[in-house]
Amino acid sequence: MGLGCAGGLGKAILSNGSVAGPFPFLLFWSSFVMRVSAPLSLTALAATGLLLAGCAAPAPTETEQPAEPTADGAFTLYSGRDEALVQPLIDQFEAASGIEVEVRYGNTAELGALLLEEGDATPADVFLSQDAGALGALSQAGLFTTLPDDIASAVPAGFTSTDGSWVGVTGRARVVVYDGDEFTADELPDTIDAYVGDEWKGRVGVAPGNASFQSFVTAQRVLDGEDAAAEWLAALAANDPQIFEGNTPILTAVNEGVVDVGLINHYYWYAAAAETGVENMRAQLKFLAAGDAGSIVNVTGAGILSPAVDDADALEFVRYLVSREAQTYFVEQTFEYPLVPGVDAPEGLPSLDSLVNPEFDLSDLDDLATTQQLLADAGLI
Amino acid sequence: MAPEQGTTAAGVPDARTTPAAQSRSGAVRWGAGLRPPLWLVITATVAAAAAAIPLVYLLVRALESGAASIIETLSRGRVLEYAANSLGLAAATTATALVLGTAVAFVLTRVRVPFARTWLLISALPLAVPSYLAGYGWLVVFPSLNGFVPSWLLLTAVTVPYVTLPVAAALRGASGDLEGVARTLGRGPLQAFLAATWPSVRPAAIAGSLLVALYALSDFGLVAMMRFPTLTWGINAAYSASFDRAQAATLALLLVVLALVVVVGERTARRQLPRAAARAVAPRTVGRGMLISLLPVVAVAPLVGVAVPLLGLLTRLLDAATLRAIDVPRLLDAVGSTVGVAVAAALLAVLLALPIAALASRYRGRLVTAIESVGYLGHALPGIVVGLSLVFFALAVVPALYQSIVVLVFAYAVLFMPKAIGTMRAGLGDVPPRLVAVARTLGLSPLQAWWRVTVPLALPSVGIGALLVAIATMKELPATLLLRPTGVQTLATELWNRTVVFEFGAAAPYAALLVLVAAVPAVILSGVRSSAKEEL
Repeated sequence: MGLGCAGGLGKAILSNGSVAGPFPFLLFWSSFVMRVSAPLSLTALAATGLLLAGCAAPAPTETEQPAEPTADGAFTLYSGRDEALVQPLIDQFEAASGIEVEVRYGNTAELGALLLEEGDATPADVFLSQDAGALGALSQAGLFTTLPDDIASAVPAGFTSTDGSWVGVTGRARVVVYDGDEFTADELPDTIDAYVGDEWKGRVGVAPGNASFQSFVTAQRVLDGEDAAAEWLAALAANDPQIFEGNTPILTAVNEGVVDVGLINHYYWYAAAAETGVENMRAQLKFLAAGDAGSIVNVTGAGILSPAVDDADALEFVRYLVSREAQTYFVEQTFEYPLVPGVDAPEGLPSLDSLVNPEFDLSDLDDLATTQQLLADAGLI
Repeated sequence: MAPEQGTTAAGVPDARTTPAAQSRSGAVRWGAGLRPPLWLVITATVAAAAAAIPLVYLLVRALESGAASIIETLSRGRVLEYAANSLGLAAATTATALVLGTAVAFVLTRVRVPFARTWLLISALPLAVPSYLAGYGWLVVFPSLNGFVPSWLLLTAVTVPYVTLPVAAALRGASGDLEGVARTLGRGPLQAFLAATWPSVRPAAIAGSLLVALYALSDFGLVAMMRFPTLTWGINAAYSASFDRAQAATLALLLVVLALVVVVGERTARRQLPRAAARAVAPRTVGRGMLISLLPVVAVAPLVGVAVPLLGLLTRLLDAATLRAIDVPRLLDAVGSTVGVAVAAALLAVLLALPIAALASRYRGRLVTAIESVGYLGHALPGIVVGLSLVFFALAVVPALYQSIVVLVFAYAVLFMPKAIGTMRAGLGDVPPRLVAVARTLGLSPLQAWWRVTVPLALPSVGIGALLVAIATMKELPATLLLRPTGVQTLATELWNRTVVFEFGAAAPYAALLVLVAAVPAVILSGVRSSAKEEL
């Protein structure tokens, strides 16, 4: 209902039509703009009038807009992944299935909070998330319906939910990004432990408040033990770490030569390289030794929201996400790891098997709380 | 309807006493013992209730986790350090914006500067640059910038027009005679300014400073770019890493407390006084050398807040290997939506702010203080908090309107109402009560007198408020992402869509258009006078 309002508004303003409303504040507004500038006031008046005509009472006039989405042949997706990368895949799906997808793009954290706030009143049928933590939070709040076995078991354990409430779609390896003008990959340590040594004082960029860094610390706790993780964090904190707000600014800083190395997900490098050209990238990626906590894989994933429990269209879309076609799309277009066995990793990347995910649940929020306590104790958040 | 008793004799201070004496007596005479009319109290309360939605939401969310969890959140790790950073940044930014803004306004109105109108227009331009774009542009040019100092200076540059414009408008309406008198009595230029002119521009300067302080408290985009951790970092991490709304709400409430300190401080510092009829002062002619030395003062904010960021964006654009074809219909659609929501938000915000401003301009008392303070709170909160609070509210009260343009516009009004309250309060306060009194003696009812005398005289300040809201709405991102009807794109969301995947080439036209479109109200703003006084 409101949808037509803004779109129509945009067109109407540009056509510079003129409608006057009977409202006193309209006169108010217009008498003010008249003092200022005649041509501008015309536009403002037109906009105002149309706004009042078109938006204040949305009910009567809007006949061309589609009615409420029906359960057949259409569903609503909240995408915490970017439009530029996901929309082509959705177009493919729409063409293949004939199902219409209404997509709401946003960032994963905001859409996650939005879904928690909406609860069962959500218009969304499927949530596509950039990280496992948000999926875990929604799952814990009981907002997801359980996926059928054929979907839930399509992805091996360690890369998907433990209870079938959501399924992993792609993987993003934790890597060290380094300044290619200063180092070669061989000169850099192979284990995460080495990056808190004295020689790295003030030279390492991290984002302790970011979900992907926190999953790495959780992995470290599981792989190396609580004490080792706490020690590592204390050593990092004492080593004048360069604190950033997220992965992207770390990559940018390394690429500009501001910081020597940084801990990020591999995927961001490929996104940046696609824009500026691989040959222009000063920042380079270093994959750590197989089995090191610094080389775990964060996953993106999708789940079906409870109110859509019977929505066949939503189910078909999630099934499509773990199909060979969609997995190949991600490999080729976003350079992420496919999670479904039998689809090859992107060229030039170490195989997924060498980046073993330990037996920990990426979306376990109790684990996350412990990790955050460690980070707080170390003075990093 | 209670009559507006006492506005005649008690409300008119003696214009011929010295300004200092005015400010002392003004607070006492002004509204002391007056009771506001009931209709005004009711409408102002309704408006304040709208502004209080985020607060109610935050209390609900924070309290459902229990007191122990609230204490744990607040005492954990670096939270208090973040809070101190927020407060320090807000204080420093406000101080520099106040001094710089007043200085620029003084130079442009009291000195014969070539192209003074153009300079005033240029001074307004930083308003059109979103803080995140300013930060981004500077990082392209100087990648190693980080920490407090760049955050402080950049925030000052993008917020200083909130002080410059109202002070310039007030100076044009203020008398310069007394300053001349002060000079002949042996005061230095600064002393003479402080003694004679400052009292009459102070309300405008302080109201503008309040907007600067609240902006600095709620900013996330710039401090994230500049790696200066403030409370908004904590709030963001609570949503994006902990997925914990209670934790986020607790931190946001801490931000509300800081905002209250600022708002109460402003109320104490303000002491509204009515301006006496003034003769306009001809700008003074100064030598070429003096003019050149004044140039940095007026040029610094536009240079830092507009020129360098745009240069940075341009550099990045030229670097981009994958310049994409511009999708013109989509671009125009975003422009249309942006302008549409901005106009609607400006109207609604002004409507909501009007009763609060009217109440605060003439009356005192606890209720008035409470209503006005609540009106300001939305502006201290990050957009995501206000956005979520309206999701909560809309689903509970008007589910049919959820994800419609109505709720989105309402959210903008809640967020940016304070920008209108301050300027309108000053404008309404400037209307000479004796004119209203004359209208009453001619047989008009209080409401008629208000509508026919007060409103027309205060109209320019209403316009300023509306323009400020429109500019802020155009740049808003987080609440827009949460509340927009699915599929609706504004310039800010389109820009975000592209920068988030490093598509600087594709983002550039949106960034440029956003600044350009937001510059239109900014330019109009630079030409509006704060009160109709000088036309009397």
